[in-house]
Amino acid sequence: MRRLTWFNTTSLTLGFAFLYLPMVILVIYSFNSSKLVTVWAGFSTKWYGELMRNEAFLDAAWVTIKVAVLSSTFATVLGTLAAYVLVRAGRFWGRTLFSGMIYAPLVMPEVITGLSLLLLFIGIGLDRGVMTIVLAHTTFSMCYVSVVVSSRLATFEMSLEEAALDLGSTPFEAFRLVTLPIIAPAVISGWLLAFTLSLDDLVIASFTSGPSATTLPIKIFSAVRLGVSPEINALSTIMIAIVTIGVISASLISKRAAVRQRLEEQQAVRS
Amino acid sequence: MTEALRPVFAPWNDPDEKPLIQFKNVTKRFGDFTAIDDLTIDIFEREFFALLGPSGCGKTTLMRMLAGFATPTEGTILLSGQDIAPIPPNKRAVNMMFQSYALFPHLSVWENIAFGLKREGIKGDALNSRVDEMLRLTRLERFARRKPHQISGGQRQRVALARSLAKAPKLLLLDEPLGALDKKLRQDTQFELMDIQEKTGTTFVIVTHDQEEAMTVASRIAVMDEGRMIQVDTPARIYEAPNTVYVADFIGDVNIIEGRAIPSGEHVQIAWGEGVSDITGTTDKSFDNGEKVHFAIRPEKVSVSVEKPDDTPNAFQGKVLDIAYLGNLSTYHVEMPNGQIIKTQSANTRRLSRRAITWDDTVWISFTATAGVLLKG
Ligand SMILES: Nc1ncnc2c1ncn2[C@@H]1O[C@H](COP(=O)(O)OP(=O)(O)O)[C@@H](O)[C@H]1O
Ligand SMILES: [Mg+2]
Repeated sequence: MRRLTWFNTTSLTLGFAFLYLPMVILVIYSFNSSKLVTVWAGFSTKWYGELMRNEAFLDAAWVTIKVAVLSSTFATVLGTLAAYVLVRAGRFWGRTLFSGMIYAPLVMPEVITGLSLLLLFIGIGLDRGVMTIVLAHTTFSMCYVSVVVSSRLATFEMSLEEAALDLGSTPFEAFRLVTLPIIAPAVISGWLLAFTLSLDDLVIASFTSGPSATTLPIKIFSAVRLGVSPEINALSTIMIAIVTIGVISASLISKRAAVRQRLEEQQAVRS
Repeated sequence: MTEALRPVFAPWNDPDEKPLIQFKNVTKRFGDFTAIDDLTIDIFEREFFALLGPSGCGKTTLMRMLAGFATPTEGTILLSGQDIAPIPPNKRAVNMMFQSYALFPHLSVWENIAFGLKREGIKGDALNSRVDEMLRLTRLERFARRKPHQISGGQRQRVALARSLAKAPKLLLLDEPLGALDKKLRQDTQFELMDIQEKTGTTFVIVTHDQEEAMTVASRIAVMDEGRMIQVDTPARIYEAPNTVYVADFIGDVNIIEGRAIPSGEHVQIAWGEGVSDITGTTDKSFDNGEKVHFAIRPEKVSVSVEKPDDTPNAFQGKVLDIAYLGNLSTYHVEMPNGQIIKTQSANTRRLSRRAITWDDTVWISFTATAGVLLKG
């Protein structure tokens, strides 16, 4: 093992500080009893209490989660299907155009995506609300899902599906029983990606949300324009906690799965 | 004794026998490349039919058309008299064992074998007993709960076999099934395959590029080249009576001698160059005087001796160029006065027998009039 020289230690410290110091400050100030964000006046959890009584924030949080779950689920279904068709269908008329069109939103400025969706919703007379944000988020995050899934499918052994068909499964059964379980990790990470994209999207949501539905990022952004309040610090701390718990539990779950698999292997060798 | 009691299995000679598979003028093109070229062939029930040919000659394409993963560009394929073109792969009474095995990595050995049965709606005791039977047949009972990555290559191959056999298909397609195995395991498995076939009565079509494997397992061999069937025959006839130089050269070791035919009564004389007397051969083909002919003769049909043998029409003197001692066999390369090199091969029945012959010795090679085959062109 390489020893930690003072240079390594310093750069490591600086790197982590750069990444996490802003968040640490935010967390600390969320427990500040003063209303002034920059002046420390002692420890208190009163802002958390305030937050729980703030209907507007709670509504926005609920909308955000609903939108994230729905849109990432739709995006995963559509993105996986699109990836499947692009990788599997081989050459068909307009394939290049089709795949280009799927990936284009990845590089499209969000402002333009948002604006065009807004025009569309107005054009077809769709009232802006949760529904329109879900549609908008599905549209842009399905590209990400389809990129993740198609890179997995590209290395997927085609003969596995043929074997399933050969053994009497319908094409749909072959997909459900063979392809999907094998590419599941890619599909799940596609879902997680879509979920986080939706969770922190501000631009597209601003274009497509209406008075009836505001997401948390929009709420925070507009609140901050009136000045940073300790309540927002508290809210952000909760979000950090949720994300941290999510990440840790996801990694624990995958580690547990790995351990279980190893145990199974050992048992199999012994039997 | 058992041999005598069992009737000879040769349905292809019986005009009343209905073929299980019929290819009728089947052509398969990829773009302007012709992978299968106007192929017509019958395969019968309970046959062990081997497709043999160099890489890229269309063997896999042929199998994939039978399994339903490719459709003929022209022509029809009949299974039990029924055109299979409109039937999707999952509705065909055909199972294929893939060259890559294509085992489902997320399922245990047991689940892999059960996969096809479950699709048929078989459940409970019927499912358990069928899977267990397959595991027993392929000697995999101990590995039932393992995943494919936890077993050896040979075991995986047997799982693939068990999985394709489980549904007791009318027709089983094996695409180079033993390619990845070492020689010993391969031979064991070849006999296992024949045993399984004996027990189950399934028709096998096996793709291989290993001619020895084809000779061992097959009831008939089809030698292919560039999408065409060159010869379809029993292993013995393919070996003893190849119909072209290509087939003779493809299967086993052979001497090919080019010459001119001189018909003389029931024999054909072959003039094959300056300084050597004519070869005497027999054939049921008719040759014109002076027609170009190839004479193919297997090395083991040629004997080598120091003294001139006097009871044979074909005896030629030459010089030993090379000797190889292979334990049970010895091969001699003998150069004829016309420059042609003839390979001979003989079994070493006596210990260090032909030690009398050594490099640069002048020897006699000889063979009977019926030992070789005359081929046109
Ligand atoms: N899907 C395909 N597209 C284009 N060419 C193909 C395709 N499949 C096979 N071929 C060509 O057809 C020929 C026969 O292939 P194949 O049947 O796999 O040969 P074999 O199994 O005898 O080695 C090869 O030259 C191969 O390149
Ligand atoms: Mg092949």
